[in-house]
Amino acid sequence: MVKKLDRTPVGAHYGWQDWLAQRITAVIMALFSLVIFACLIVCGSVNYEDWKSLFHSQVFRIGALLFLLSVFYHAWIGIRDVLMDYIKPAGIRLGLQVLVLVYLVTCTIWSVSILWGN
Amino acid sequence: MSSVPRTPAARPKYYDLNLLNLPMPGLVSIFHRVTGVVLFLFAIPLVLFLLQSTLISESKFDFWRNIINLPVVKIVLLGFVWAYMHHFFAGIRYLLLDVHVATAKEPAQLSAKIVLVLGVVATILIGVRIW
Repeated sequence: MVKKLDRTPVGAHYGWQDWLAQRITAVIMALFSLVIFACLIVCGSVNYEDWKSLFHSQVFRIGALLFLLSVFYHAWIGIRDVLMDYIKPAGIRLGLQVLVLVYLVTCTIWSVSILWGN
Repeated sequence: MSSVPRTPAARPKYYDLNLLNLPMPGLVSIFHRVTGVVLFLFAIPLVLFLLQSTLISESKFDFWRNIINLPVVKIVLLGFVWAYMHHFFAGIRYLLLDVHVATAKEPAQLSAKIVLVLGVVATILIGVRIW
């Protein structure tokens, strides 16, 4: 018995999701970057107490995590594209993509532990 | 059924790999890619490491602040700042191209030039700020 596919197995329908995600994460990162740059220009030098209290603010923690998650997802799509362009043997490419994913997931866990562990 | 033999012609391949011969948008594009890879490989772990190290205690904070204040380290960090700035401005240019801003040849060349200049100018401004 042949099961009917409930999705389109061919065609250029899948790329747009990554395309869109790449742009949404870019906008989130750009906005957060502007806030950070503005802070750097206004604040100037920061002492330990300021630094510590900044990272104790729940709003800042959530904003920073949102930024970092955007970085990691954006990096995944970008690096995957680079690997698809230059690494032709499927086995090596898959291996490298797995490495990149493991690295980025590790960075995600690390980020949470930094932001909420202090 | 076509029976004409289709022998693949040995066409000469010529890739102009000299970056200086790329048009401005091409230069912005390859820099966008290279800076992306550099930021992924080095800036992500560096930033996370510095965040972790500076939040542990005041003495660690001062220790790392002194290291960052070394001129050599500042220059390396400014390299990363340029990578971030170029990636940032080139990315905004792509977002504008997505919504059909400056897609014709001349405007695209002009916007590419602006991106290259803004990346360098922003890096210099930050360099002046931290020196």
